[in-house]
Amino acid sequence: MAHQIEPLIACRECDLLLREIPLFPNDVASCRGCGAQLYRNTPNSLNRTLVFSLTAAILFIIANAYPILGIEIQGTRNATNLYGAVYSLWNHEMRIIALLVFATTILIPAVELTMMIYLLLPLCLRRKPPGIALNLRILQGIKPWGMIEVFMLGVLVSLVKLNDSFSIIPGVALWAFGGLTFMFATVAASFNPRDVWAHLDREPDGKGST
Amino acid sequence: MKQAEPTAAGLGLRSCHICGLLSRSDESAGATHCPRCRTQIHSRKPNSVSHCWALIIAAYILYLPANLLPIMETGSLFTYREDTIMSGVVHLWKTGFWGISTIVFIASIMVPLFKLIALTLLLISVQCRSTWWPMQRAKLYRLVELVGRWSMLDIYVVTLLAGLVQLRSLATVKAGAGAIAFGAVVVLTMFAAMKFDPRLIWDPLRKENIL
Repeated sequence: MAHQIEPLIACRECDLLLREIPLFPNDVASCRGCGAQLYRNTPNSLNRTLVFSLTAAILFIIANAYPILGIEIQGTRNATNLYGAVYSLWNHEMRIIALLVFATTILIPAVELTMMIYLLLPLCLRRKPPGIALNLRILQGIKPWGMIEVFMLGVLVSLVKLNDSFSIIPGVALWAFGGLTFMFATVAASFNPRDVWAHLDREPDGKGST
Repeated sequence: MKQAEPTAAGLGLRSCHICGLLSRSDESAGATHCPRCRTQIHSRKPNSVSHCWALIIAAYILYLPANLLPIMETGSLFTYREDTIMSGVVHLWKTGFWGISTIVFIASIMVPLFKLIALTLLLISVQCRSTWWPMQRAKLYRLVELVGRWSMLDIYVVTLLAGLVQLRSLATVKAGAGAIAFGAVVVLTMFAAMKFDPRLIWDPLRKENIL
């Protein structure tokens, strides 16, 4: 134990002790015991994730500022953006559901993107932002609750349901949400928290100590 | 005779669930913190089984109103219609949208039921310290974590329809009480899946030197 040269890690899912081996770019290490994914080698992860996060942030603003869908029947029209739909639920005594939708489609994705940019922008400029550990902890904790892609599927199902009785006017935010779904997937694929830790372990002389 | 595979817990080590660092820890000290990122770390998630049971039982109870109460109320000058999740699926099927109807059926009916049954099976097997099919159970757990979020689909559909179809006498859509119960089932089962510790599946096997 005391004379190990390669660092040891434990599998998150079965606790098996394994030696950490270097990977080729884009390779994935899996646990020998249970097959769970252990870690990945994502080349240039910090820079790429930063670019994807910034793109996602712009799309996120567009997606929330403009209407997603409009409907028209006999000359009467109505259009709504995401916030408007949530607000309408809130007013119709469905406050818990309104909060749930607000949290999973607006608040958490916004927090996720903000924290990602807060973390990655200084790191890419070779600076160390304060509170990295807390930042990563929160990012990991809220990750399952951001549900942009599920919402996107919900928009598509709504489109089909509405198409039955109304004529539909697609809004700018509809396309923005499509792009946002894709960007969130690329952020998740390129972000590698291990790189952040590795980065900090490598450069303890950045700002303050590790 | 195969030698037992080394586990972190077996050697008095704990891995940090945030940064992955292994550190030596004193079991008797109780809570310890990761030396790198200061996260509180445990060898196994504390009270995993009992908390998971509590969340699942609550979800089972709410599963009934979630499916029996209307999730959406559609009204206009001449018609009024209440839809539960199932009647919404049937309505979509009858009007010819088979693809969408299948997607909603899978996301809203199959997935929550699958999660409840799968987590119940996992919990019972862990409590019996079963050594039965560990790999399949580990895969089952991964699947539960993967598909859980997609049940939110119906909540979003109701939100959009209720936000959009507000045309006074021509047509209005309102969310029904079933939506609250359904949302609660989704959230509770997601918390239950997070609380479950998959390492408990493997512990009995390692203890009996089967692996």
